[in-house]
Formats: sequence, structure tokens, C-alpha cells
Amino acid sequence: MLRWLLGGRDVQEPVEKSLVLCIGDEQPQNPYTELRVLKGHSDIVRFMAWIDDLRFASAGDDGVVFVWNVQTGERLHELRGHSRPITAIAVFPSVLQLQPESRHLLTASSDKTVIIWDLNTGTQIYLLTEFQSSVKCLMIIERLDVWLSGGDKVCTWNCQAELLCKTTCFKDADVSSMIELPKNNIAAVVRKDVVIFKLIPLSSETQAWKIIEMRRLSNHEDDIRALITINDLSIFIAHVVAHLYLMPFNLGNAPLEDAFYTAQLERRRNIFAAIGTGIYVYNLQTKTVIAYQQLAHDSRVLHIAKLPNNQLVSCSEDGSVRLWELQELPPAEPATSGLFNMWGIGRPNKQQNQMAKRKLECSVLKTLELIGDLIGHSGAVRMFLYFKDHGMVTCSTDHLIILWKDGEMESQFRSKKLFQKLEQEEQYAASL
Amino acid sequence: MITAPDVVALTHEDDYEEQYRDDSMPPFQFQPENPWSKTATAKFEKDFILISEFSEQVGPQPLLTIPENARDNFDLNYFSLRIMSVDYQASFVGHPPGTSYPKLNFVEDSKVVLGDSKEGAFAYVHHLTLYDLEARGFVRPFCVAYISADENKIMQQFQELSDDFSKASECLKTGNRKAFATELEKKLQDLEYTRNVLHNETEIQKRSNDKGYYSSVAIEKANELANVEKCIIEHEDLLMQIRTYSHKKTKDAHYFSYEPEYGTEPSDTGLGHQSNESCDKINFSNSRSYTPKFTRAKSAKCFEKKLKTLEELCDSYFFNQTLEQLKQVEKFFRGDVCYLITSQIEKLLLQQQRLTSFLFEDTLFFDKERTEKQQRCDKPLPVFNILSPKDLEHPCLSNEAASFESYKSCVESVPIKLDQQVNEESYHGTVADSIPCKNPPGASDYLELEGKEKGSVSSGESIEVLGTEKSCPAPIFSKSDSQTNLQCQHPEIVRRKFVVTKRTNSEDSIEVLCTTESLIPEDFKATCPSAIYEEDNTLDNEEEKQLSTDLVQSDANLNHSNGFSKADFENNTIMLPVLSEPVDSPCCIGKESPNFTKSVSTFVTEEYNDGVVNVPPQRSKTIDQIFHSDFPQQDDRNGLYGADDQVLSTYEKKYSDVPGTGETVQIPVDEYLDNMSYISASLCSDRTPSPALPNCPIKRLSGKHKKQSGRNSLWFIRQYSFAQQAIFSLLTGRMLVIVGEQEGKVKKLVNALSTFVPNCGSDSDSIKQWVTFPLHINHLQTWKLIGLQRIASPLGTSILHSLNRYSRYISILDCDNKTLRCPQYKGLLITRLADHRTQIKRGSTYYMHVHNMLTQLCSQAFLYTFCHHLHLPVDERETEESVTCRRVNFLKHHLGLMNDDSKIVQYFADLIKMRYLHEPAKGVNPVLRFNYTSSSVFKI
Repeated sequence: MLRWLLGGRDVQEPVEKSLVLCIGDEQPQNPYTELRVLKGHSDIVRFMAWIDDLRFASAGDDGVVFVWNVQTGERLHELRGHSRPITAIAVFPSVLQLQPESRHLLTASSDKTVIIWDLNTGTQIYLLTEFQSSVKCLMIIERLDVWLSGGDKVCTWNCQAELLCKTTCFKDADVSSMIELPKNNIAAVVRKDVVIFKLIPLSSETQAWKIIEMRRLSNHEDDIRALITINDLSIFIAHVVAHLYLMPFNLGNAPLEDAFYTAQLERRRNIFAAIGTGIYVYNLQTKTVIAYQQLAHDSRVLHIAKLPNNQLVSCSEDGSVRLWELQELPPAEPATSGLFNMWGIGRPNKQQNQMAKRKLECSVLKTLELIGDLIGHSGAVRMFLYFKDHGMVTCSTDHLIILWKDGEMESQFRSKKLFQKLEQEEQYAASL
Repeated sequence: MITAPDVVALTHEDDYEEQYRDDSMPPFQFQPENPWSKTATAKFEKDFILISEFSEQVGPQPLLTIPENARDNFDLNYFSLRIMSVDYQASFVGHPPGTSYPKLNFVEDSKVVLGDSKEGAFAYVHHLTLYDLEARGFVRPFCVAYISADENKIMQQFQELSDDFSKASECLKTGNRKAFATELEKKLQDLEYTRNVLHNETEIQKRSNDKGYYSSVAIEKANELANVEKCIIEHEDLLMQIRTYSHKKTKDAHYFSYEPEYGTEPSDTGLGHQSNESCDKINFSNSRSYTPKFTRAKSAKCFEKKLKTLEELCDSYFFNQTLEQLKQVEKFFRGDVCYLITSQIEKLLLQQQRLTSFLFEDTLFFDKERTEKQQRCDKPLPVFNILSPKDLEHPCLSNEAASFESYKSCVESVPIKLDQQVNEESYHGTVADSIPCKNPPGASDYLELEGKEKGSVSSGESIEVLGTEKSCPAPIFSKSDSQTNLQCQHPEIVRRKFVVTKRTNSEDSIEVLCTTESLIPEDFKATCPSAIYEEDNTLDNEEEKQLSTDLVQSDANLNHSNGFSKADFENNTIMLPVLSEPVDSPCCIGKESPNFTKSVSTFVTEEYNDGVVNVPPQRSKTIDQIFHSDFPQQDDRNGLYGADDQVLSTYEKKYSDVPGTGETVQIPVDEYLDNMSYISASLCSDRTPSPALPNCPIKRLSGKHKKQSGRNSLWFIRQYSFAQQAIFSLLTGRMLVIVGEQEGKVKKLVNALSTFVPNCGSDSDSIKQWVTFPLHINHLQTWKLIGLQRIASPLGTSILHSLNRYSRYISILDCDNKTLRCPQYKGLLITRLADHRTQIKRGSTYYMHVHNMLTQLCSQAFLYTFCHHLHLPVDERETEESVTCRRVNFLKHHLGLMNDDSKIVQYFADLIKMRYLHEPAKGVNPVLRFNYTSSSVFKI
């Protein structure tokens, strides 16, 4: 699943409404026929984090974190501790030392603190205040049992909230996002640059770590908006609205072009990108855009993801969530749109540190079919989470969280519960 | 609506030709008498309650009536004479042989039914005695009478009347005891003061006396002093008696009728607990600041002074409380007896339908009941409530109560130690123990025991039927002799027993203990067959119709002949609290019934608020078989009429033989008891803030509401050709917004359509008459029918914008342009429900028609919901598709629902499921269900 956050500063061209794809009320393929509104936040809800199959956390500008039960919509915990908007949240996965069901939640806020919460009891475990500036991003490396905070510098912590090591301060910018790379490497975005660090554990007893800067990928024209790992060898960098860069990440001695291509063939084939109001599907194999929808929403798309059920979901500032399906196009339709002028694709050439931009002539092979839209929010939908058995959760600037469920499934589920309850009562009655 | 009273009437009386006189009235609900009544000679229109006194000065005199102007040209004085002249065990205070002090005789009230040919009136007369220090023998006899032109009504409702009046009487008497005690205290202070004065005077005389002999004055003074001292002793004794009595009473679980209510909630009379307390305080302070007067030892002549009024006699708070109660009683018993009984039956049946009744029945009623039940569980037991601080703080009460010698003699006054802990622990156990008592016949031997027990002190409650013209053919009372305490109702018995088991250490009460406990097993056996099987919901249409006709018949029986057979009732699975049935029949059923032990075990589950539903898992039969197997049973049942004892056993066998029908609902016993007591508003109802009948205001309200909305609905379906589409939206849970400029018009439409809104939550927020702000997504979850203002302003635009945004979730009825935008309805059901060419003329009739159909739908939904195989695979190999297929088949072929009709039932089923699973959890919004279907626009 790809997560894509794109900011379009200058694509807000006046678009005629009629151009935006519309779907009527009849949406036979739309499974979400039941909704439940979760109220609690008093300001924009910006983040949601998946905890387990039944729970998720939500956080936003009111500084409060709520833990919800996705099945019943009950509010399980209300975590209060931050005085300013929350800037990042992350869930500690089940670490070996902890109980299997015990989960920790990290929250960073613009009040320059990070709090670690116990999700089962809803209590604060650690409160970290030794930050010079607010933490913008949090990353957990499960493998190493550490977590990193990114602000004016990158700090590495262990589960007991002890500082292991930190980098020097970045001059004029903060770390806005980080991803984990193989072999204890981390890529951090600092405005126009991508900096790659390496984490080195010095000795396991003393818990002393070292972080060193490996490489700095600069020369980007604009701020980098998104960063994703394609495979072990390459990362995907997106910056200025219309430009997507794909670059192999070389870790010294393995810049094999062959490996680069084959690895992608087997694993992830498509990259879904939201640019402005449009959605684009880029095929890594053919290195072409295979499907696009230029006016997918009325307004900027804020979050896009491919769900396990093969639906592509996008949410937007216009307050709607749309469901798409990638369908085969009837063959005889070559794409003639000039749209792809704005597409650039970084391709590994002879010079590895340099981004080669090249326009691709792409052939549209597939089409993005709108199969449904979810209307409920009255403000921009910030993001969504998908639960396999319980549908989807969306959060929005209108302070609400909405659970979208498959009505049929829910009905079945209730029947099951009903008969379970009957059986229990019967047993209880028989035991008396 | 399970039974329509007008149908009842029509089926029985063939020569009923009179048309409804007042179109605005639902039939029989407010009509004073039944049109075919033979008591046309009555000189009054409506029933009323009369309170009169046998005054020692002027003889029998009427004091007041409720309602005040109800008497017309009825001769109250004559009737007072009539009812007061009935001989009953007048209490007598005096010097019983062997005692030197006057003894207060705490008599029980007596209850008498009498008829008067001259006035064409029949009355239930409740005699009671109040204490007055200034009255002859300290007592003043009063009576409260319920007077009606319909003899049947009095006889049929005797139990209810008796319970209600006992409650009212107890309220009066409590107030009276309080007032009497206060009066005695004052008198004592006077006497003390007098004694002191006299004492001083004698001392002075003694000192001044140097002659060595006593002057006549001195002797007179000494005599006077002795007199006063004797008086003091007598009064102290009286005071102790009255206090220990009330204290004693409180221990008798029989009489916690209303005191706890004062303690817990403000009463509906506006005189809350606080005012009660403050009133007490005032009284106490009064008694303390009371300045004693010098009194002559001789009592004043009665005839010279004005006797106290009833209000003075009873403490005005209690007096008003009683009046309030009686007003409620009067309200409750308004209307024809047929209507009363029908509504009682209806309520009983509805209470067995808890799983579905929330959809369209009076939710207030059920919710209230539930919350009350919860309160009751939470509350400490009423026995303790009555020993409230108020009582304990009462001056000298604690001292006096400690000396128990005075009432050693009688069983009732055995000192009982109440141990709260023991009590609370034993609560569940005792409830379980007492469950068997639910059945009147099973409890009847116990009743007798009660009567005997009581007999040692008082005469017991005697019932005399003084039918003047003809003797009443009343099998109800055939069992009752003067010793039997008919007043004891099942719930009371439960509590009584409970109290008995609580008596932890009392040597004197050993006998009582033994008898009660030895009774238990027997009771248990005898009463278990009274399992209430609810089956209406599981029935097919035909069967349900059958059932309702059964009901009608039995109603008719009830109304016009008292000699109905018990079988009718058993067959319909109703137990009327009015009836005291023969003892033997349940016993033999108990032996015969193969189901017996099983049903016992299910009873004891008292924690299920919503009733226990047992669906025995049944794997061998397919759905088809199950439902076909219903029909032969159906036939069986027709043949069952008239059969007496066999009826029940066959009936039970049916259930045991065919477990596949599955959906037999068994109402837990204590719930049943609750229902009973609820209906009969029994004496010991401790759950309601008002001692009066709690359900009547609601009932009346809903009666008016029904009439009104029925008429509006009728108007709507005639005026608007797209009514069916709109109703379909409501019945499938799609919100209907009525947009319009004129508030009145919109509200009328909302009212017209409100009949069709399934009540999807405990909060009846689903209807909003007039909304003036833009809709929001969370409104859509709770509201199902709203009126929305259309105005030309920025706000109006944003309102319309919100409508446009959420248009897929809502149907919009434009009131000004008379257009409707909603999904099209394809089906038959609503065509019948809302036929614009309907022949129905009256609003209330149409309301009943609608409810009839909706109830039918509910029962279908119930069946659909609780059919195991429709939702879960029979075995693991079965795929989800085949279950779905079965479901569709079921809806189509078994329930006969075409197209969109099945959607309605499915929606209902979902509501039932959610309700049963207690969803949504507290503090969570309900879900909004919707479909992605296109809407069309309809015009007139």
C-alpha cells in the first residue's frame, strides 16, 4: 500500500465543475451502506493510527488522542497530555519485552513534547520534554527496538525513552518525513534534500548508538513531498507537484540496474500518485502512466491508497471520499493527451547521483473507474484507515470521524452475535 | 394494537346499531357507559369517587367527590347513608375487659360492594377509621367509594379497585397516625403542665395547712391531681400504641406502599420530599415550641366543638397526596369496563413482546418500566427505606419502640431484627424462592395462611357482596371467604415471603418461618406451569388472526358473562390478575407437563430485562418443515376450545414436541410479576414516584395522540398521491424531510407521518417537528422525520445546500410545491397500508388499521430475525450464498413479501437485532443505514 501525500501549490487552476467525474446515487459496487459518526474531537482531526484489528487512535489539533473501537464505535480511551496540536503519531508494534496485547502509542506535539502512552490502560508512560523544537515526524524501527524523532535534528530512542544518539541540528529546516531503508539506514527529508543516515549500534550492553550521515541527495528543485521505499535498492521521491522522481538508492557496491528492474517486476508494479485534483497510476515496469483521472475530485486530493480489496481510495479537501477501480481499457484507444508533459520520471543512468529527467510517451492501458463515493464529512477529509473486517474510517477537518461499514456484513455480524447471545442465555438458564 | 375494543363490542352485540356519537372520541375510551347497558336508570353519567364520613354529630355525610362536579342530580346524602350504614367491623376504643387503659384497635379496612336500585348505582366501598383525640372513642369512621352505574365494572375491577383504594387509605391513615401522635404529644404536654400546676397548688395547700386535717378543697385538688396523672398514663399509653403501630407496620412488608417514594423522588403533587421534610420539621418544631395550657382533666364535650376536618385529621400533605391518588384512580377507571379489560389484556400481551414492541408501541411505557425496574434493583429494599431517618429521629419513638412488651401477644408484632447485609445477600435467593408464588392459585393456600395469621389481630379483610337486585354471578369471589385475604396479590406475596425469610432471630416467629418455608416447594410445583409462552410473534399471519379472534372472544366473555372458562385464558396465554383461579388445575398441569422442569429453570433468570428467548438449535428440520408444521397445530388449537385441563397440557406438548418453532418467549417470572403489579397497581408498588397509577397519564396522552395523528394520516394519504412513497421511506429508515414555509402546515404533515416512524432508539428523538438550521451528518443518524423551514436568506440557502449534499440519505417532501423526491416504492404492502381510496372514515380507526398492519410486520420481522438458519449456515459446508438464498426465499415465499416489502422487514429486523444486542453502546451514536438507490421526483 502506498501512501501519498502531495501538495499542489500552483495547480489550483480554475476547473469547471462539470469536468469532475460524477457518479449518481446508484452505486451497486459501493459496499459502504452504513455509517456511524464518532464525535469527540474539538478541532481538526489530522492523524489516525492503526493499532490492531479492532482499535485505532485519532489525533488532531485539539491535542487530544482518542482510542476507538472500530467495531462498536466506542471510545476506549481519551489521552490528554498535550497542550498544542499534535504533529505526529506512531504506534509501537508488539515488542518482545512487552505483553503481546500491550501496545504503546507515541505522540508528538507542537508543544515540543513527545508522550508515550500505554494503549491498554490509557495512561502516560513517558513524557519527553528535551526537545528544542517540535517533533515533526516519528518513526519506529521494530527490528531494532528503537524509534526516531525528527525535528530540527534526528534523535534515536529506545523503548524506555532513553536517548541513544542524535544528529547535529539542521540549519534552516526541519525533518519533515523519514523512511526506513535496509541495513539500518534511514532516509530523512529536509526540505529539498534527502539525507541518508546510518544507525550503528556500538555495543549492545551500553546501549550506545551512533548515527552518521551517509549521503545527501540534493539538487531537487522544490520541497520534497513524499518519500517511499520501492524496494531494497531504490526509493521514490516526489517533490514539486508535477515531478516524481524515482531513484535507486545505492548502498555502496550494489548499483545493479538489473536488480533494480527485476525486483520491481516481481513486487510492486504500480505507483499511485495524487497530483492536485487528479490521480495517476504509474507502472514501474513499463515506466509509463497506465491510468489517470485528471479531475478526480473537486479539490486537492489529500490521501490516496490502494486497499487490499483492490479498490483505490482517495480523499480530498472537498469532503468526499471516492472509490476507484483499475479496469482494463478496451484496447484501441491510445492516449493522446498532452497531460503527460508534466510527468517526469527519474531513471537510473550512467550517473547515479544525478536525476535524469525524461519525458515518456505513455500509453494508457487502463482506466480508473469511479465506483462510488462516500459523502458525510463537511470538511476536508484528512486521511482514512482501512480495516479488513470493519470497513473504513475517515477523519476530517469538521472534527468528526466517520466509520463506513458494509451494511450487509454488519447485519450478518449482528445476527451472529444475536444467536451467540441467545445461546449464552440458554446455557445460563440451563445452569441455574 | 392487538385487539380493537370496538371490534370486541361489535362481535358480541349483534343489535348494536348506534353509531358513534362523537367522531372525535375513540370508541369506549371516554364514553361513560356502554350503550347496551341495562343500567339506563342511573342518575349520573360518569363514575366518581365519593368520600363520606359517619359523623358523630350529624350522621352520615358526604365530604367530597372526585371529580368534583360529577354527581349531577345524584343524591349524595342518601347514598352516603346507604354506604355508611353497611355494617362492618367498626373499630372501638375503650376499655376492653381485663385492661385498665383504653386500647387502640388497629382494624383493617373493609371492602364492600353494594348496589342501589334507586340511584341505579353500584359502588365499591372502602371503609376506614381514623383517629381523633376529640372524637368519641377516639375514632372517626370514613369511607371511600367508587360509584359506577355498571355493576360489572365494579365486580370485574374489584381487585384493582381494592388495591388502589387500600393504597389511598393507607396514605390517609399514615397521615392520620402522624397527626394523632402530634395531637397526643400536645395533649401530654398540657397534662404535664396541669399536673405541675396542680402539684404546686397542693404543696402550697399542704404547707399552709397547719390544722392537721385536709380541707375539702385540698381533697378535691388531690383527686384532680390523681385524675390528671391517670390521664397522663393513659395518653402515654395511647401515644406508645400509635407509634409502635406505625413502626410495626413498617416492618410488615405489606405496607411500604408509598413512604419510600417520598424518600426517593419528588412526588407528582408538587410536594416533594423536601417539602415533606420541612413539613415534618415544622411539625416537630411546633410540638416543641408548643406552650402547654392548663387543662381540665375532663374531656370536652364532643357536641360542643367543631370536629376536625379530614384534612386536619390527616395532615394536609398526606391528604393532598391521597386526593391526588384518588384522582388518578378515577382517571384510570374511566370508560367502559370492556375497554378497561381490553387494554389490560393488551398491555399484558405487549409486555410479552418486548423484543418487538419498541418499534411501534408506546415506548414511554416500556422504557419507563425498564428504568423503574433498574431503579428497583439499585435501590435498597423498600423495607429499609421505610425506616427512614425521619421515623427514627422522631422524638421518643426510639425509646418507646425498644419496649416491646406491649404487643407480645400477637404474631404480627414479633420483634424482628432486620439485618441489611443478610438481606442483600439473600435477595436473589429469596426472589428465586418466591417465584413460584406468581400464580394466584398456587399462592392461594398461602393466602389463607396469611389470613389466619392476621386473624388474631384483626378481623381480616372481609368482602361482602351485597347485590341488592340480583346476586352477582361472580366466580371471582367464589373462593373468598372472610378469612381469605384477597387483597394479597402475587407480588405482595413474593415480598412477604421475602420479608419472612429475613427474620433472622426471633423466637416468636418460628412458626411463621416454618410454615412459609415448608410452603415453598409445593408452591414451586404448583405454579411452574404458569409459564407464559409468547407465541404471537412466531405465528404466521393466519395464526395471528386466529389469536386475535380468540382474544376477541374471550374479551366478549369477560365483558358479558363472568362465567367464562379458564381455558379461554390459558389458551390465549394470558393471565388476568383479576382472576383467582381454582387451585387444582395448575397442579395437575404441573404433573402432566413434560416441559415442566425446563421451564422452571428458565424462569429464574431474573436479570434479563427483555425477556428470555429460547431458540433451541434445531438441525434436522429444514425451514419448510418447520413452518408447515405450524399449521396442523393451528388446527389443533381450534379444537381445544372448551376442553378444560387438557388444554394446557396439549398446548405445552406442542411446544415440547416441536422445538423447531423455536421462538417461544418466556418471560422471566419476576418480570411477569412486575407486569401484574403494574397493571393492578398493587398496594406494594414501590417503584413509582406517585402512589397513584403510573401509567394512566401516558395512556391518556397517547390516546389523544393516536386520534390526532390517525386523522392526520388519513388526511395525508387522501390528499397526497405519493403518500405510499413517503411512508416507504420512513419504514425503511430513510429520513424524510418535510420542507415548507409555513410552520403549521409542515407540523401537520409531520404529525400525519409520525405514525409510521419506527422508534429506533430508546430516545424518541427521531421526530423533529420544526428545524431551522442546516442539517448535519449526525442529525441524519438520529432523526427520521423532520420538518424543515424554508426561508429566503443565507441561512435558508445553506439549509438547502445541506439537503442537496445529503440528498442520497434523505427523502424530501416539498410541502409548498407538493413534490416528493425519494426512491420509488415497488411493492404491495404499503398499498394496503395507505390506500387513498380507503373506506375508513375515522382517524382512530385508521390508526388502529395502521397499527394492525405494522404489528403484523413486526411479528414477521421477529420471525425473520430469530430464525437461526436464515442467518447462519446449518453446517460448516454450507456456503454463505445458500444462506442468502434461503433468506431471500423465506422473505418471498413464507412471509409473502415482494420487492421492496422485504426491505421493510429487513430494516425492522436490523432494529430488533440492535435493540437486542443493546446497540449502540452508551454514548455512541446510532448507525445510519442507507442504500445507494436513485431517487425520483413525484408530483401530485
